[in-house]
Amino acid sequence: MQLTINGETRDVDVDSDTPLLWVIREELGLTGTKYGCGIAQCGACTVLVDGYPTRSCQTPAESVTGAEIKTIETVEETEVGRRVVEAWVANQVPQCGYCQSGQVLAATALLTETPNPTDEDIDYAMVNLCRCGTYNKIRAAVRDASEA
Amino acid sequence: MTFVQKLLKQTPVNVSRRGFLRGTGALVLSTTLPVRPSKAQEAEAAAGPAVPAFLEIHEDGTAKLLSPFVEGGQGIYTTFAQVVGEELDLAPENFSVEIAPAGPPYDVMGGFRITGGSMSTRTSYELMRQLGASARAMFLEAAAQEWGVDASELTTEPGMVVHEASGRRAGYGELASAALDLPVPTEVTLRDPSEFRWIKTPVPRLDVRDKSTGQAKYSIDVEVDGMLLAAVQHAPRLGLTPASVSNLAEIEAMRGVHSVHLLDGAVAVVAGKFWEARRAVEAAEVEWTEGEAQWPMPADFSTDVFRDTLAGKEGEIVEVEAKGDAASALESAETVIEAIYDAPFVVHGQLEPPSATARFNEDGTLDVWTCCQAPEMFQGTAAQVAGLEPSQVNIHSQMLGGFFGRHFLYATSNPFPQAIALAKAVGQPVKLMWTREEDFLRDAPRPLGLARFRGAIGPDGPTALSVEVVGEGPTGRWYDAPVGSDPSATEGISGKSYAIANSHVGQIFHPNPAVIGYWRAVGHSMHDFMYEGFLDEMAGAAGQDPFEMRRALLADNPRLSTLLAAVGELSGGWQPGPYEAEDGSQRARGIAMASPFGSEAAAIAEVSLDGGEVAVHQVWVAIDPGQIVNPAIVEAQVQSAVALGVSQTLVEELSYENGEPTARNFDLYPILRPDQMPEVHVRIIESGAPMGGVGEPGLPAVGPAIVNAVATLTGERIRSLPLSKHEFGGA
Repeated sequence: MQLTINGETRDVDVDSDTPLLWVIREELGLTGTKYGCGIAQCGACTVLVDGYPTRSCQTPAESVTGAEIKTIETVEETEVGRRVVEAWVANQVPQCGYCQSGQVLAATALLTETPNPTDEDIDYAMVNLCRCGTYNKIRAAVRDASEA
Repeated sequence: MTFVQKLLKQTPVNVSRRGFLRGTGALVLSTTLPVRPSKAQEAEAAAGPAVPAFLEIHEDGTAKLLSPFVEGGQGIYTTFAQVVGEELDLAPENFSVEIAPAGPPYDVMGGFRITGGSMSTRTSYELMRQLGASARAMFLEAAAQEWGVDASELTTEPGMVVHEASGRRAGYGELASAALDLPVPTEVTLRDPSEFRWIKTPVPRLDVRDKSTGQAKYSIDVEVDGMLLAAVQHAPRLGLTPASVSNLAEIEAMRGVHSVHLLDGAVAVVAGKFWEARRAVEAAEVEWTEGEAQWPMPADFSTDVFRDTLAGKEGEIVEVEAKGDAASALESAETVIEAIYDAPFVVHGQLEPPSATARFNEDGTLDVWTCCQAPEMFQGTAAQVAGLEPSQVNIHSQMLGGFFGRHFLYATSNPFPQAIALAKAVGQPVKLMWTREEDFLRDAPRPLGLARFRGAIGPDGPTALSVEVVGEGPTGRWYDAPVGSDPSATEGISGKSYAIANSHVGQIFHPNPAVIGYWRAVGHSMHDFMYEGFLDEMAGAAGQDPFEMRRALLADNPRLSTLLAAVGELSGGWQPGPYEAEDGSQRARGIAMASPFGSEAAAIAEVSLDGGEVAVHQVWVAIDPGQIVNPAIVEAQVQSAVALGVSQTLVEELSYENGEPTARNFDLYPILRPDQMPEVHVRIIESGAPMGGVGEPGLPAVGPAIVNAVATLTGERIRSLPLSKHEFGGA
């Protein structure tokens, strides 16, 4: 099947129900997208599918043929993505870092859709788990990266 | 028995570890640090540190430092870059830091090292300073020889040697090859702390950009030429082992499958891709039979029954510490209160599932890439599994996607022995990943703990306290600490500083059937909850305010009096409540203190009830690690420790039924969500006491502060965690 990932259309030879996560990591060699739980609980595997934050571990590859898939490796190609990364660096958000690819993409999706999010918007959008407990810094970084 | 099964049978359970520790003559995981240096280390100190082994300076003037301790979020690489850079005179941002291999001279804790016990900075601060200062002296000497002047005429600016008289300057990069070939000086002068430029400042972390852009690599991302991928299905109950796979032919025919292997306690599938291996191994219909595990789970094991067993356990009370005569004081007291406290098994829940890659090389050596907090121990075990000498095994510890104690050497809990066995069996490199479900099944959880308290209260407050801690600690299990001398079994109940005239803490040993492990703050993570909760109960029985009672009990302890006052002030002044908050909710606050890992901490938590569940709004922490290196990293570690402390207090509990964990992933074992995270306010106090730990000490006081606040808010005293299993009426 064909998948469009980070602007490139790639042929991948996988069973149709293979989770997008493993196509990204194993077929395309993009390891910035992380496996955390495999059951869409933690969000470490978050990618953007047509701009929406999507848990790739529970997304069959065949369900996203024809969609624009973006992974963390190209997050800085958009202005919002760049701003989010800079806010993450400025706020020194990551600790172990394992969940942060997903966090950064979730924030990028939020701020692309809602440049000036309310507290409730942030609560609704930023739901990925972080075992290091960087939640307060994540919130501060999202605020910094918002336009207001 | 298959070849691979035989191999895994050889896995030493703790032989190599015991060998290690016997050599050191010290119970290294105890909290009574600093660890004494080994004779070899003392000899080395006399000769100066092995600078070229730790430090490379590149032509462009950047440095590569090999760290004895692995980075897993605690910021140790940045901390060491600061400390070495301060003495070397090279700005921290010029450093890249990598993990050092197993063996000398990186075994800086006396023939070994672990990343744990909040020990990295405090055990190696002086070594890292010596390292930087020695290297600087070598650069000065190299320039002196080059320019034909005396080294005493030279000085440095960051990254550069300067001869002021002649105006000559040379970058470290130019001098590196000559400098690092010189003998390491035996004596160097360390920089006066008043002249520190980077130590004690919030130097930015070296790894945040890579970690914000998906570039950081972890064990799970390792790729080796020609590797196959493997997945396992462990026996649902530890102790069972596969007898057969009834649909073997079907599994072998699945897409991508290379081979199916019966291991000790697990079935493995090796395939071209991990997803193929996982799908195949999960389709395997395995007949399990009783195996020969060293710690088999009893088939009828349940956490509820185990808790009751501990609660009723009679037996020898081995004294841990005693002061005055608690037994007599309790006997003669008019008011005596009693309570039993318990805390559940908890998993580590580090977000990166465990993995290991093994490759046998043509020269007979073995490379292992994995998540590892103890390289020398892994090396010893890997060698035995592979039938090699330890010197033939290269352990490549990887950046850790969280650890919290998950990646010490525990029998049956580490994937690398399986990866080695599979690589040997298939004659190719193998990367094995455990799914989250397999991680839960074979994690080494913090033991379920229980303690029985009796307290006597006189007109002026507590007069006697007697505590029996029942159970087993991980240091007893893995390092042979005798009952009564196993800090992990009692710390947080032992080691408290309150001036109660008569006190007695004893341990009643009861073996824990689970493969128990270290969790962030280890024994403190639960025992301080128990002690500080009971202390509030004694305050209640004495009719005293819990904050004021602590102040009185610490009146003769200046360090803790300062700390207690600081946390009170940080919170805007002690106010237990209940009171009405701006949003109309009824809230209350609780106070607790802890003395973990060489540091001191005090926490105040503010809670309310929301739909019958406890919400934690704010946590104030005052922490005194004696002296620090990076205030931003300390603050981040406290934030993190508070998060884990809130998480375990509110929602975490691993239960077993029929010898099997009832949760296998984050759906049935919730961890703290973003909307449950309180605001955290941190005050760092540098009392000048010997440097203590930072990674864990922020955690232990959080739970009891929350539980004490809940008692003030609801009148209900919670003695069994987590709070989510209790029903609270609206308040």
